[in-house]
Amino acid sequence: MSQKPFLRIDNIRKRFGPIIASDGVSLEIEEGEIHSLLGENGAGKSVLMSMICGMVRPDEGEIVFKGQSVRFNSPREAIRQRIGMVHQHFMLVPNLTVAENYILGQGSALRVINDMDKVHARIRELSDRYALDVRPDAIIEDLSVGEQQRVEILKVLFHGIDLLILDEPTAVLTPQETDRLLSLMGDLVKDGKTVVFISHKLDEVMRVSNRISVMRDGRVVHTVNVGETNARELARMMVGRDVRMELPRSPEPPGRIVLSVENMTCRAETGLPAVRRVSLDVRAGEIVGIAGVSGNGQTELSLALAGLLPVDSGRVMLNGKDITGLDPARINASSFSHIPEDRHKHGIVVSMSLSENTVLQRYDQKPFASRGMLNRRVIGEHTRDLIKRFRVKSRDENQAIGALSGGNQQKLVVARELARNPDFILVNQLARGIDIGAMEFVMEEMLKQRDSGRAILLISTELEELFAICDRILVMFHGEILGDLPPDRTRLDELGLLMAGQTEQPALAG
Amino acid sequence: MDDMMFLTFLATLVGAAWRLATPLIFASIGEVFSERAGVLNIGLEGTMLVGAFCGFAAAFATGSVPLGLLAGIAGGMLFGLVFAVFTITIKADQIVVGAALNLLGMGLTAFLFRTYYVSTGKGIEIAQPVLIPFLSDIPFLGEAFFRQNLIVYSTVLVAVLASLVLFRTSFGLTLRAVGEHPKAVDVAGRNVAAYRYGAVMVGTGLAGLGGAFLTLGHSNQFVEGITSGRGFIVLAVVVFARWSPIGAFFVSLLFGLFYALQLMLQAQASIIVPYQVLQALPYIMTIITLVVLRGKGAAPSKLGQPYEMR
Ligand SMILES: Nc1ncnc2c1ncn2[C@@H]1O[C@H](COP(=O)(O)OP(=O)(O)OP(=O)(O)O)[C@@H](O)[C@H]1O
Ligand SMILES: [Mg+2]
Repeated sequence: MSQKPFLRIDNIRKRFGPIIASDGVSLEIEEGEIHSLLGENGAGKSVLMSMICGMVRPDEGEIVFKGQSVRFNSPREAIRQRIGMVHQHFMLVPNLTVAENYILGQGSALRVINDMDKVHARIRELSDRYALDVRPDAIIEDLSVGEQQRVEILKVLFHGIDLLILDEPTAVLTPQETDRLLSLMGDLVKDGKTVVFISHKLDEVMRVSNRISVMRDGRVVHTVNVGETNARELARMMVGRDVRMELPRSPEPPGRIVLSVENMTCRAETGLPAVRRVSLDVRAGEIVGIAGVSGNGQTELSLALAGLLPVDSGRVMLNGKDITGLDPARINASSFSHIPEDRHKHGIVVSMSLSENTVLQRYDQKPFASRGMLNRRVIGEHTRDLIKRFRVKSRDENQAIGALSGGNQQKLVVARELARNPDFILVNQLARGIDIGAMEFVMEEMLKQRDSGRAILLISTELEELFAICDRILVMFHGEILGDLPPDRTRLDELGLLMAGQTEQPALAG
Repeated sequence: MDDMMFLTFLATLVGAAWRLATPLIFASIGEVFSERAGVLNIGLEGTMLVGAFCGFAAAFATGSVPLGLLAGIAGGMLFGLVFAVFTITIKADQIVVGAALNLLGMGLTAFLFRTYYVSTGKGIEIAQPVLIPFLSDIPFLGEAFFRQNLIVYSTVLVAVLASLVLFRTSFGLTLRAVGEHPKAVDVAGRNVAAYRYGAVMVGTGLAGLGGAFLTLGHSNQFVEGITSGRGFIVLAVVVFARWSPIGAFFVSLLFGLFYALQLMLQAQASIIVPYQVLQALPYIMTIITLVVLRGKGAAPSKLGQPYEMR
């Protein structure tokens, strides 16, 4: 079996204009393995996988699947050869049901749809078999991100595949959902399927993979068995140098109170209560973390602070001024930076250039504008500077931000928000899609901001991120703040219990 | 007015409403297809005019109403093809192209009509009412529903058929997806542009048919600007109907009722409202509809946006 690889990618090249996304990449996947793909943002992971599943056509090179050279003109042809992919951005039509999404594009265009019952039955059967909990008649837009992901995976299974490609599936999942997904991958392999898994989270990769390949600058630079490596080594392979997992911290005492939230209550867009009487202070020179399983009010808390959701009661004070209920533009202008959870919705305008995105909040202020006219030269220089400092992989500052890889979009948002020299920085999911090298850099930047006296509130579902840079960690559960702990890894159990809503210390046995 | 007179009035009103709604029904069901696929065609006024003119010209030459209707559909689709090439293939702005086509349709039909037909002054044979046996003799109801021409009856068929196609066939499912998430359709292996072309063709074909009805089933003449804004009212009908063919049928009927009311009240000597106010009724209703239903969900999310293939 190992003489003849299941899938062989041979010397593939792909360019987008001046950008080389694949630079003669070769890779072999064996039947029945979980093969993880690592690499910095923009290394070319998504593009490579898109070529395997027929979304993008390679310029040069060969793909050999089950011993046959294949060349797909569309994802449908790839599916016919039993290769399926779950994309970083979902391919589900929001106003259709699960079942309708599954039969989209199947059979003759003029076919009358009269076999919906059979389709529903098959979906239920598959859903039961893999414990995916997918209802065939649910409308996509009513489902949570985690549910939509299961719908995507089941879609690929529904079409029948032997090779499943998952592109950063865990980036948007809660830890519980992630556990569930990882064990599903195991089940699929037991059923004879092969899985390619892309992730930036080394611990997940170490947990599930058989082999791991690392990509850099459009090439696979290493392939290793999981037993012969560790997270530190993988990080070095990716970035080309040692990545510090622990960052040095100066023990400065925090200063005056910058942000103060008093008894804040607000409701989610659904009208249900989401934040319940939350009070917290963030001081200058302090990073306060908020831990918690996602869906416990963190999203609403951050939106309400940024003025994107109405506050029902309570007060938000910034530098002693009441900013409760101000509109987002006014809050932004009061020395408040926001790195949002959903960058496409609240962070950037995808179709606009990097330059335009960097001055989104300040295009009408000096030095970016004078006498009502944009000063394009200054804007361009400023953007180029940020691109360089934050190593945002892009063609130039005039490229549309939507053409960047996900992690690079995030880097630009972080760069922009820090460059505004705010007194207070609100961060929700700093790491979303960022590779570990960039992560280290961004965390260092955060610490620098802290040391220069900024107040930072960091909301995260990643405990590692919180332990690495926070001065204290609050736990949010059911819209309430349950605890206030130091970032002490020895108190991990306590933190875990708080995240599950248990405030009582369990009685010691014996 | 005594009761009998009132019932007669009502029966005539409903009958007239359906007739007057017919061009709206065709065109709005067509536009539902177009918009469901993400293409906002505001060039319907021009398209309907072209349909009305082609229908008239063909019937004038051949003396046949069916041929006239076919010519109306063909004329509409030809116009739609121009719209599709510009908006789908060249990806020009749909609003700009639509507006240009309205102007083109008005100018072109006026020019051709003046050049070739206006001096003849002759009308054409139009579709005659077909009395449905027995049913047409029912008092009041017969007058309202069963003394129409075949084109008017066919609106029911078109509405039901359109609904079945849109919600019960693979084509319809894909079409609806194209307006919401074209990339997903692309990934599923269907050609987004082809579906948009198809949707625009269905839409403009039906608009052409609606226009042709004006000359072949209603008046027996072409008149410059005979559509008198119906192409714009259709856009409001589609919003009001929540992008559903059956909805479009009933909302069109409602607008037909305004038209009919306006005509019949004008004929009532006892009404003192200035007739201009009555004439404005359908248009006022259009504006109210659009204001009241402004921004209320349900619109295809990619409406008006071109799709970049990979
Ligand atoms: N459609 C496109 N047009 C232009 N450039 C593109 C396109 N798709 C990808 N690229 C470029 O190709 C390179 C590789 O991108 P890719 O999305 O494969 O990165 P990635 O490894 O998946 O990164 P991330 O971890 O951030 O998702 C990037 O520089 C990206 O900007
Ligand atoms: Mg990617």
